[in-house]
Amino acid sequence: MTTIAATGTDLHAHDHHDADHKPGFFARWFMSTNHKDIGTLYLIFAIFAGIVGGAISGLMRLELAAPGIQYLQGWASMMAGKEASLDEAYHMWNVLITAHGLIMVFFMVMPAIIGGFGNWFVPLMIGAPDMAFPRMNNISFWLTVVAFIMLLGSSFVPGGTGLGAGTGWTVYAPLSTSGSVGPAVDMAIFSLHLAGAASILGAINFITTIFNMRAPGMTLHKMPLFVWSVLVTAFLLLLALPVLAAAITMLLVDRNFGGAFFDAAGGGDPVLYQHLFWFFGHPEVYIMILPGFGIISQIVATFSRKPVFGYLGMAYAMVAIGVVGFVVWAHHMFTTGMSVDMKMYFTAATMVIAVPTGIKIFSWIATMWGGSVSFKTPMVWAMGFIFMFTVGGVTGVVLANGGLDDNLHDTYYVVAHFHYVLSLGAVFSLFAGFYYWFGKMSGRQLNEFLGHLHFWIFFIGVNVLFFPMHFLGNSGMPRRYPDYPEAFAYWNGVASIGYAIMAVGVLIFFVNVIWSLVAGRRAEDNYWGEGATTLEWTLTSPPPYHQFETLPVIK
Amino acid sequence: MAISNAKTGFLAAALAVSMVGVGFAAVPLYRIFCQVTGFGGTTMRVDAAQAATVAPTNKTIVIRFDANHRGDLPWDFKPERPTDTVTIGAKDMSIFLAKNLSGEVVTGTATFNVTPELAGKYFNKIQCFCFTEQSLKPGQQVRMPVLYYVDPKIMTDPETKDIEEITLSYTFYPVEKPIIVDQTANGG
Repeated sequence: MTTIAATGTDLHAHDHHDADHKPGFFARWFMSTNHKDIGTLYLIFAIFAGIVGGAISGLMRLELAAPGIQYLQGWASMMAGKEASLDEAYHMWNVLITAHGLIMVFFMVMPAIIGGFGNWFVPLMIGAPDMAFPRMNNISFWLTVVAFIMLLGSSFVPGGTGLGAGTGWTVYAPLSTSGSVGPAVDMAIFSLHLAGAASILGAINFITTIFNMRAPGMTLHKMPLFVWSVLVTAFLLLLALPVLAAAITMLLVDRNFGGAFFDAAGGGDPVLYQHLFWFFGHPEVYIMILPGFGIISQIVATFSRKPVFGYLGMAYAMVAIGVVGFVVWAHHMFTTGMSVDMKMYFTAATMVIAVPTGIKIFSWIATMWGGSVSFKTPMVWAMGFIFMFTVGGVTGVVLANGGLDDNLHDTYYVVAHFHYVLSLGAVFSLFAGFYYWFGKMSGRQLNEFLGHLHFWIFFIGVNVLFFPMHFLGNSGMPRRYPDYPEAFAYWNGVASIGYAIMAVGVLIFFVNVIWSLVAGRRAEDNYWGEGATTLEWTLTSPPPYHQFETLPVIK
Repeated sequence: MAISNAKTGFLAAALAVSMVGVGFAAVPLYRIFCQVTGFGGTTMRVDAAQAATVAPTNKTIVIRFDANHRGDLPWDFKPERPTDTVTIGAKDMSIFLAKNLSGEVVTGTATFNVTPELAGKYFNKIQCFCFTEQSLKPGQQVRMPVLYYVDPKIMTDPETKDIEEITLSYTFYPVEKPIIVDQTANGG
């Protein structure tokens, strides 16, 4: 530093103290240490991954629109560059469902909601100048990018019956060990390692930032609920992801180094993998939804022009969901052969989670009750979230019953359930947050009319898409199959139409984003008015490159 | 600032690292858990002294024997009798027969469990051929005995008292040295 400071120009730069001085393009976006820039990178990355994952689900709905195999063999031939057999076509289906699941979980929802909104708004909301470890933040982002490339790359190398990893996002042994020869599954596992490492680093960063860098007066019990949600999520990441890392490392050992962790021939047990996976996998679903809860709390309070109802209850409901989320994992494995007592425990423990979740739903409604509600785009998305997440929650309580689950396990009922909580829950909260904060992030407002249009078309689309899956599941259609008997044709056709409607909604979203970035109304500092009370609204839109050089004091 | 960022970050990282340890520790813990509780149909091992303390009852139970081998093990493997009706609490011996059908020495090792899985904790083996490597010369046939008894507690446990039939299943796998996951095998 001393040698640099000796030169005249740098002395000048030091004197200047420009909070909005930005580095050059490459240094700013490729070597970024600024939490807002990294947040933006995460959001762009998540949108890109979302397009890929969404396009894959489009392929699946196209194939499932009618009974029989229509396109799958053609796609498999296209990928392989030669005429593909029917078995290779079926493998292609497995690759599609695997990629859709992994991309949406690890490369769309998590980067958007934690990496994107978390990075952008946690420091702003607690009055911190940046994240605690800005360089580690940069590593987290680029590890995620490499992980994504690794996963996409796995589709082009052999993975058993055909190209790509066709194990499902759960990567169950023995399909993922002796059942999938070739480098594709190794690449997919390595991709999970990298994405997991990135998330763990991110979690360490968030925990340190939230514990140590709050502005004077910002006690834990004054933190905005979004910050609370990210704090709980970071702990879940820290406790759950290492277990996944251990489990998939054992898969690699079984695959490549003659291990027998999950191989019955060597005294291992494939069911152990399922226990390890779901010990991670169940907290993982809360990792995806908790920050969404936080976003919805901010939005509902803002547009009801009231502080959120039962603030402490809301914060500790999230803590409770996080804690109980670690002791319910085996409800994903009711059909692996469990004693009645074990089923009873896991059924009861799972249902207990409905209590803190119910507290949250109740408190959102109580916040709106008697409030001066304005139906701006973020608010309609938030209300859509509350409605749809409740539907998904109710089917979750149904599935929690060990007895019923024997019948519904691995049917489309389960698919409907987790798409209602994730594709209509987490994704609605993402869109709500995007419409809420876009003006703050970009300095330009999204168009309200297009936002509402996007909401209604998307809302109708996803419901037409996912609601029939309850019927299909109840009548016994299993998930993860590219074909089905004639009896399931009607509702599958309806679901595929729903996909098309939803896709139109997404198109409107992109038109809105592009139009607003070019010609959107300039956003003032606090464009939502008196209901928006958190610290990010005290800053300009967009905020200066470095904010809070003098820390705000919270009374 | 009471605690430095480095310290908090380090503590968080330590938590993550210890969870990796927990993940790996789950492997032996799970094995112990199965052995103790009979989870997943894991049968119990007892010694002769323990077995001597159990008195036969006046109730019988049907034991079925099931023998499998993975497709790439060139053996004929079957129970001597498919079923046996035994007195609960009484020791019983059953025989499995294995014959090497190939022209070379082949080594196999067996895994086992019982169904219904809940019966595992009451199915006590005094002597068996579990996990011991068995080498067979070309054409050689061996008789492999299992000495076992069904614990009379099975009749009082509300979860198992309705069980009238227990299936004891053995599966033989080839032993290759060094062990490599066989790419051609698709189950037996």
